[in-house]
Amino acid sequence: MKKTRWLFYTVIVSIVMLLSGCDSSLVVLNPKGPAAKTQSDTIIFSILMMAFVLIVVYILYVFMLVKYRASKTSDDYEPPHMEGSKLLEFIWTLIPIIIVVILSVVTVKSTNAVENVPAGYENEKPLVIYASSSNWKWHFSYPEENIETVNYVNIPENRPVEFRLYSYGPITSFWVPQLGGQKYAMSDMVTTLHLLASNEGSFMGKNSNFSGKGFAQMEFEVLSMTPTAYTDWVKEVKDTAPKLTESEFNSLVKTSFVGRKSFTSTHLEFSPPPMTSEEMGDMNGKTDENTNKTDSTDMKDMENMKHDN
Amino acid sequence: MKWSEFFVTGEPMIYGAMVSIVLVSLAILVGLTYFKKWGYLWREWLTTVDHKRIGVMYIIAALIMLFRGGIDALMMRTQLAAPEMKFLDAQHYNEVFTTHGVIMILFMAMPFVIGIMNVVIPLQIGARDVAFPRLNAVSFWMFFAGAMLFNISFVIGGSPDAGWSAYFPLASLEFSPTVGNNFYSLALQISGVGTLMTGINFIVTILKMRAPGMKLMRMPMFTWSVLITNVIIVFAFPVLTVALALMMFDRIFGSQFFTMSNGGMDMLWANLFWVWGHPEVYIVVLPAFGIFSDIISTFSKKNLYGYKSMVVSMLAIMLLSFLVWAHHFYTMGAGAMVNGFFSITTMAIAVPTGVKIFNWLFTLRKGKISFTTPMLYAMGFIPIFTIGGVTGVMLAMASADYQYHNTMFLVAHFHYVLIPGTVFGVLAGMHYWFPKIFGFRLNEKLGKSAFWLIIVGFNVAFMPLFFLGLQGMTRRQYTYSESTGFGPLNMIATVGAFVLAIGFVVLVYNFYWSFRHSPRNEGGDPWDARTLEWSTPSPVPVYNFARVPEVHEQDAYWYSKKKNVPLYSGEYESIHMPNNSGQPFILGIVMFLLGFFLVFSWFIPAIIMGVVTVIMLAWRSFERDHGYHISAKEVMATENKLRGDSV
Repeated sequence: MKKTRWLFYTVIVSIVMLLSGCDSSLVVLNPKGPAAKTQSDTIIFSILMMAFVLIVVYILYVFMLVKYRASKTSDDYEPPHMEGSKLLEFIWTLIPIIIVVILSVVTVKSTNAVENVPAGYENEKPLVIYASSSNWKWHFSYPEENIETVNYVNIPENRPVEFRLYSYGPITSFWVPQLGGQKYAMSDMVTTLHLLASNEGSFMGKNSNFSGKGFAQMEFEVLSMTPTAYTDWVKEVKDTAPKLTESEFNSLVKTSFVGRKSFTSTHLEFSPPPMTSEEMGDMNGKTDENTNKTDSTDMKDMENMKHDN
Repeated sequence: MKWSEFFVTGEPMIYGAMVSIVLVSLAILVGLTYFKKWGYLWREWLTTVDHKRIGVMYIIAALIMLFRGGIDALMMRTQLAAPEMKFLDAQHYNEVFTTHGVIMILFMAMPFVIGIMNVVIPLQIGARDVAFPRLNAVSFWMFFAGAMLFNISFVIGGSPDAGWSAYFPLASLEFSPTVGNNFYSLALQISGVGTLMTGINFIVTILKMRAPGMKLMRMPMFTWSVLITNVIIVFAFPVLTVALALMMFDRIFGSQFFTMSNGGMDMLWANLFWVWGHPEVYIVVLPAFGIFSDIISTFSKKNLYGYKSMVVSMLAIMLLSFLVWAHHFYTMGAGAMVNGFFSITTMAIAVPTGVKIFNWLFTLRKGKISFTTPMLYAMGFIPIFTIGGVTGVMLAMASADYQYHNTMFLVAHFHYVLIPGTVFGVLAGMHYWFPKIFGFRLNEKLGKSAFWLIIVGFNVAFMPLFFLGLQGMTRRQYTYSESTGFGPLNMIATVGAFVLAIGFVVLVYNFYWSFRHSPRNEGGDPWDARTLEWSTPSPVPVYNFARVPEVHEQDAYWYSKKKNVPLYSGEYESIHMPNNSGQPFILGIVMFLLGFFLVFSWFIPAIIMGVVTVIMLAWRSFERDHGYHISAKEVMATENKLRGDSV
């Protein structure tokens, strides 16, 4: 069958193209940090395993189709009755189980790795950045430096960064493919994403979760710089940028699109983020105190989140 | 609600659509009147309780919806063909991909599968109809009412725009203030109730109405797959019903289940949606597995290899399908433990699926394979679906999924599963069983041309998306800039989509051609097949089986042919049949209006329709309808005529 061969070649060519990895436009397979590296390795490993499965199936498939077509048998050939074979069925149950077990181990290990601070950096104090989305832009608050940016985020190279994600509206997903996989930003809970850039560089970041009209434009730049350049930049922002007032922040949240902005204070004081999942876990069975706190936060969020059409 | 908002305005394409809808409706009305077909339509179709006709209506509706959803797909592909295209704006694009998803899954795949179930299952188990024929008609008209309600949102009120998964809070009144998502919740609710009733109906039919001697382990594989599918329906659909009801309360009555304030939980919706949504995938794909099993066995002239492990693997898939829903949102931040659990359950599904693939391959072994159109679809299915399957395993790995989630890679994966799985399955089934209902086969040459166009178009359209995903292109983005480098692959994908579309046009042209030119009188068994339905004359008489068959082995008809053991014995007897009824159709109209009034929060007419519904249900429960009998003499006359001299 011409078709089969064509398909077969497509798959082989695709795999080769994928594995060559030198096509740098495949950003997911062109990692620039430990989390993305782990993920890229996991992906390539799984492609190899799956290529093995595909090849076995395709060889059997082509063999059966070529050998047993009616045109190759005599007219009076009567195919036999075959119930099945315990041994064969056992084999093709066992081998997939083995493959799944191997992949499960890899998955659990790599998931643990990317959910935590990258190995080797556990003792380093991470840079905390709150990244929050409001319709179709990203706010980045640096609580320690007491600065805030919109639609761009600068980080020091080779230092773990702890992004705390939440949203002033629909669920968004914070994704910087070359530094690591994505995570949701939601309105009622803070999620945490650990990233690290191994070197200097500019990386594309975007919201990957559909969130309405301006979703396609919801991109930002992550700029990884040397520690000294980073300190200089923080100082420069502090010297030149204005303060972020509550009314300015509220009008920012309501605006559909804005360019890049920098401020010398954060919105965290007057518009605090929701709780993290750990805090939510602690809250179970505790006093009303915390609950009241959430409610007031919610009310405040709601006022901020009036949708503009 | 202002009247100016009632009709969708401001889009030239939509004005064009409105005009064409009005013209087509007028043409149908005039045509029916001119050819005096109103009575025929009412007596033979709208009031029918015959499972075969209900099945045919399901399939016609599904084909129409396939074209509606297909046009949505072509619009999306056109918009994405090149960077910065101005074909659709963001809002329009968002509505188009939302309706594409909803229509293809709920109003194309589901009714197509259910239509084939309706046509085939009673015939395969040697029954004269389903267990509850009137309920079956209600199911169909509920589905049809839901489908029409969803489709009019296109011109009246505006389409939903929050994706087919309608994630909150995006789908809440706050962020989606048009009535679009009201249509979503009510249309899916109405057709979902119909589906739930189908589930109950078919479980009872298969468990209680099999011909004597047809033990469970002698059932054709398609019947097995449908039994398992309907068990999934009965467990999964109530979840959707509850979720949609809560959504309706949120949007229409001001409750706060999924909103951002007052303790609403957006992720609760995602959980409820996928607790239904993942089993839903298996609801549309398992019957296709059954269809392929029957077809592969028929056209390699062999019994199905590993029958028992086929059944066991489907049962395993059924159980696992309820344990994997969270893999749709690994990125929600549930942590490594939870994600690890769901990764393992998800990958475990690969094991029973792999068993099925190998059993199919070994059914071919030592066979005598003939490449008819249905067999081509089955043979196209195996290599493509395997790609869909292995990429599914890749997506199941949580750490890697953080990079695939929400990207074109995911889009490519599920099209690689659903198109060869479900779509090839129902198309194969349609070509295969077509002669049973209509008495002639679809043209093989046209059928094969359509197949090649579809399979080539499909691969060209969807293979590039795997790479676009790895390049960082997200799904649902209506435009991209040239600097992203997404342009060339998108252009290839768009070309593929149009080739795919041409394939579907050829497929439909084949109906027209075959109705006019296909040779008739091919007998009841044109494929030299194996299961009971082929022992009846084609087209099947209304009562299906003149005498009830007696089954001794799997593939009952095949062994009756080979060993010369008659399936039927004894004299003709009079046959008890259910009466037609107009009530299911009228109930469909009432449900449509109830939904429509609720969409616009017109509560007084909605309450009236609710009261009418209750009255109709009460009326039905006190109604005495004993059906009618076809006399033995009449049965004999029909059989002799249909079977010619062969009996």
